[in-house]
Amino acid sequence: MAIIEYILGRILQMVPVLIGVSLVAFLSIHLVPGDPVQIMMHGRATEEVLATVRGELGLDRPLPIQYLRFVGGAMVGDLGKSIIQKAPVDEIIGERLGPSLFLLVYSAVLAVVIALPLAVVAALKAEGPIDHGIRIVGIIGFAMPPFWVGLLLMVLFGLVLRWFPISGYGRTFIEHLWHLFLPSLTIAAFLAPILVQSLRSAMLDVMTADYIEVARAKGLSRRRIVLKHVLRNAAIPVITVLAVNIGWLLGGAVVVEYVFAFPGLGSLLVRAVGHRDYPVIQGLSLVFAVIVMVINLLADLSYMAIDRRVLRR
Amino acid sequence: MALLEVRGLCTEFRTPDAVIPANAGVSFNLDAGRTLGIVGESGSGKSVLCRALLGLIQSPPGFVTAGEIVFDGRDLRHLDETTLRRVRGTAIAMIFQNPMSGLNPVWPVGDQISEGLRVHRGLSPSAARARGIAMMRQVGIPSPEVRYDEYPHQWSGGMLQRAMIAMAMACEPKLLLADEPTTALDVTIQDQILALLVELQERTGMAMILVSHDMAVIAETSDHVAVMYAGRMVEVAPTAAAFRTPRHPYTLGLLQSIPRAAGDGRLTPIPGQPPNLARLGDGCPFADRCAVASPECRTRPVALREIDPGHWTACHFPERLAGLQA
Repeated sequence: MAIIEYILGRILQMVPVLIGVSLVAFLSIHLVPGDPVQIMMHGRATEEVLATVRGELGLDRPLPIQYLRFVGGAMVGDLGKSIIQKAPVDEIIGERLGPSLFLLVYSAVLAVVIALPLAVVAALKAEGPIDHGIRIVGIIGFAMPPFWVGLLLMVLFGLVLRWFPISGYGRTFIEHLWHLFLPSLTIAAFLAPILVQSLRSAMLDVMTADYIEVARAKGLSRRRIVLKHVLRNAAIPVITVLAVNIGWLLGGAVVVEYVFAFPGLGSLLVRAVGHRDYPVIQGLSLVFAVIVMVINLLADLSYMAIDRRVLRR
Repeated sequence: MALLEVRGLCTEFRTPDAVIPANAGVSFNLDAGRTLGIVGESGSGKSVLCRALLGLIQSPPGFVTAGEIVFDGRDLRHLDETTLRRVRGTAIAMIFQNPMSGLNPVWPVGDQISEGLRVHRGLSPSAARARGIAMMRQVGIPSPEVRYDEYPHQWSGGMLQRAMIAMAMACEPKLLLADEPTTALDVTIQDQILALLVELQERTGMAMILVSHDMAVIAETSDHVAVMYAGRMVEVAPTAAAFRTPRHPYTLGLLQSIPRAAGDGRLTPIPGQPPNLARLGDGCPFADRCAVASPECRTRPVALREIDPGHWTACHFPERLAGLQA
C-alpha cells in the first residue's frame, strides 16, 4: 500500500511543476522586449503581414485565452506551427525525439557500464596507483571538450579503423546501436568520470558503515560484501548524479549532435532559437521539462526499489 | 585444553605521526562453555582485541604484529583468508555495540539473519528462511514469520540487538564475542539482552567473551574477568575474586567508581586521564594515576603474574592495595 501511495504521490507532485513549466514556456514568447512577431519577421514585414502572423499565432487575443489555447493544444499534442519550417511543431519535435532519447539512454548505459567496474576497483584499491590512474584518465576524459573527443573517436574508429559509421541514425534497432556508438561514447567519456568518482566515494563511505563490519564478521567473502551490501547502498547518491546529468545532457548533447550530424533535439533547439521560431522553442521547453520530470520520477522509483526507508514518512 | 588460547597478542595502528599499540601483549585462556568478561575504559583496547581475534582489523592502518590465537587447536593468525572466513560466523561469531547501524538498511532483517546459513551451510532460500525464523523465535522476536520480511528501520534497538544475536547464533558458534552488546540500549532492555545471552549460552554450551565498560554487567554474567588498561590486561581473575579482592589498583578504582544505591552516594573516580598509547614509557602504564605507585613503577616493566591460584595481576605491589580497600 505504501508503495502505491508513494508512486501516486510522486506523480501528483508533477502536476504543479507541469503547470509552472507550461506557464514559463508560454510566457517566454511575451517576455522578450519588443513585439515577438516583429522580431520573428526581422522587422522587415509590413503591418498587414504582421497582423496576419499575429492572427495565425493567436497573439491578438487576451493572454489568459492564449495560455488556455496553448495548454489545451499541448494536451492533445498540438504545439502550433513552426514559423520557419511551416510544419506542425509536434511533428518536428516527434521526428527528433526518438533519436535523442535513444542517444541519451545509450550514453547513460555506456557510461554506467564503463563506470561501474572502474569505480569498484578504485574504491577497493583506494589511494593506490590504480585508483590514481583511474582518476587521472577520468579527469582527462571529463576535461576534453566533447567536440574534440567526438572528432578523435570519429577519426580513429570511423576513418582509420572503419569500425563505426561517423554519422546518421540508421533504421533498425541494431543499426541505431551501431550508428550511435561513437556519439554515445563521446557523451559517456564525459559522463563516466563523474559516475566513477561519485560511486567510488559513495562506496568508500558505505564501507566504513557498521553493517559492513558485521558482514565481514559473518564471514562473507569480499565479493559478496561488495555486490550485496556495498553497491546497493552506494548506488543511491549515484542515481541522483546520473539523473541530474541526463537531464542536462538532453540539451547539452547539442555539440555531439553537430559533430556527428545527428538529428537530435539539441540542434533543433539551437536552430529554433537562432531563428526566433517561438512555437518550436515553446514546444521544446515543454518536452524537455516533461522528460526531466520523468527522469526524476524514474530516479525516485529506483530509490524506492533500492531502499525502503524512502517510504517512511 | 582451552577452547581459546591467546598468547602475547600485539595489535598496533600506524598513523603518519605515530604508532599506537592498541593491544600490547595480551594473553588469556578461555574454556568451552565459559564466559570471560573484559572490562576497561574507552580506548583500553577491548574492541580492538575482539576484532583482532576474528582477523577483522582493517589493514592499513591496523596490524596484528605478534602473538598466537589458538582456537580449537589452530592458530587463527596462520589461516589463509578463505579458511579464516569460514571460522568467522560459524565457529566464532560476534555481536556489536550498536544494533541500530549493524544491519544493512536495504535488506530485510530476516534475510540478513539467515545469510550466514546460505553462505556457510549452503541452505536453500526456503530452508534458510525456516531456520532464520526458528532463530528469531529462539531469541524472543515476536511473530517472526511476519517480521522476517521487515526492514531494520521498522525495528526498535532492543529488537535489532536480538536480531544481531540471532544472526550470530545462526551457525551455532563455539565462541561468541559480544562487544558492548548492551551499551546502546535502554536499561530495561539491557537486562533482557544479557539474560538472553546467558540463556543461549546455557542451551548451546558456547563460550563467550563479553566486553563491557560496566562492572555490573560483567559481575552478572562472567566466570572470569580480565581488566584491560592501555592495551594490556592488568588483572585476570575469577569474577568473584576480582570483585572481592582486586589485586590491581586500576581494578580497585573501577570497583570504587560503581554507583551503589546503598552507599553514601559518593563515588571515588580514578584521577587523571588514560595515557597516550603512542608515548608509553617502559614502566607500568597506570603509574601516573595510581595511589600506591613508587618511583620505580614508572621505570620497571611490569608483566602479568599469578599471585593467587588463577588470579593474575600486572602490579609490582599488589599487597599495598589491602590498605586502600574500605
